[in-house]
Amino acid sequence: MKARVLIRPKEGILDPQGKAVERALPALGFEGVSHVRIGRMVELEADNGADLEALCEKLLANTLIEDYEIERG
Amino acid sequence: MIGVLQFPGSCDERDALLACERVGDARLIWHEETDLEGLDAIVVPGGFSYGDYLRAGAIARFSPVMEAVAEFADRGGPVLGICNGFQVLCEAGMLPGALLPNEALRFVCRQIEVEVLNAATVATAACEPGERLSIPVKHMSGRWFAPPQLLAELEASERIVFRYAAGQNPNGSVGDVAGMANERGNVVGLMPHPEHAVDPLTGSDDGLALFRSLARTPVSA
Repeated sequence: MKARVLIRPKEGILDPQGKAVERALPALGFEGVSHVRIGRMVELEADNGADLEALCEKLLANTLIEDYEIERG
Repeated sequence: MIGVLQFPGSCDERDALLACERVGDARLIWHEETDLEGLDAIVVPGGFSYGDYLRAGAIARFSPVMEAVAEFADRGGPVLGICNGFQVLCEAGMLPGALLPNEALRFVCRQIEVEVLNAATVATAACEPGERLSIPVKHMSGRWFAPPQLLAELEASERIVFRYAAGQNPNGSVGDVAGMANERGNVVGLMPHPEHAVDPLTGSDDGLALFRSLARTPVSA
């Protein structure tokens, strides 16, 4: 099974990367874009029994500062 | 004997080793070693273990040596994490909070003043409370973060060991936190680099106080 894990900074945590991108957009002529947040996406292949939640909790995300979402299939 | 860990991607282990040798015997510990017998203290040095892939410190915490370090700390053994070593200890759950990319998104590298708030830990026993140390910082992900309630608890229990002097916070850490201790005070981590401040030739030897503290801690481990 293919799966994707999306990891993003938790709500309320300053994301300076997102801010930098957001500030660059008007200079390039892109108006009306705000609240840019930058995270990571991990693609993986997993056996059906694999515990992806545990994998995220233990390694892929640091749940003190990041939220994660698993997309299967 | 102080052990200085070495992960793939560590780069400050030699300076840490030299700093330790100013106060006693020291040796490098490769990250695959699991026998820490005979060590009186452990330094987890700075650098970019595993290239900082995923998150700084996230992969190093699974190195074979880290389980032995956790056991050593559980027995009361003194552990000092510096910069990347601090990140590793936070990722391993041995210290609270997490380290995020610097607020200004720039790598910071400069001499800075750090205030010692708690002089009763294994890394500060040779300091005076309130003492200011001139020590360099050099990092990309040094913005320590904890939710407000956790920060308040840590402050109330005197676990914030080091604070950036007023106006000198280089990375946007909450509460100007530069370093902290575990509950027992035998595991300490900080972002600034005391091992780079052990000789007046390089501008300051204030960092020596931390290594003196480590070396004189009575060990029950």
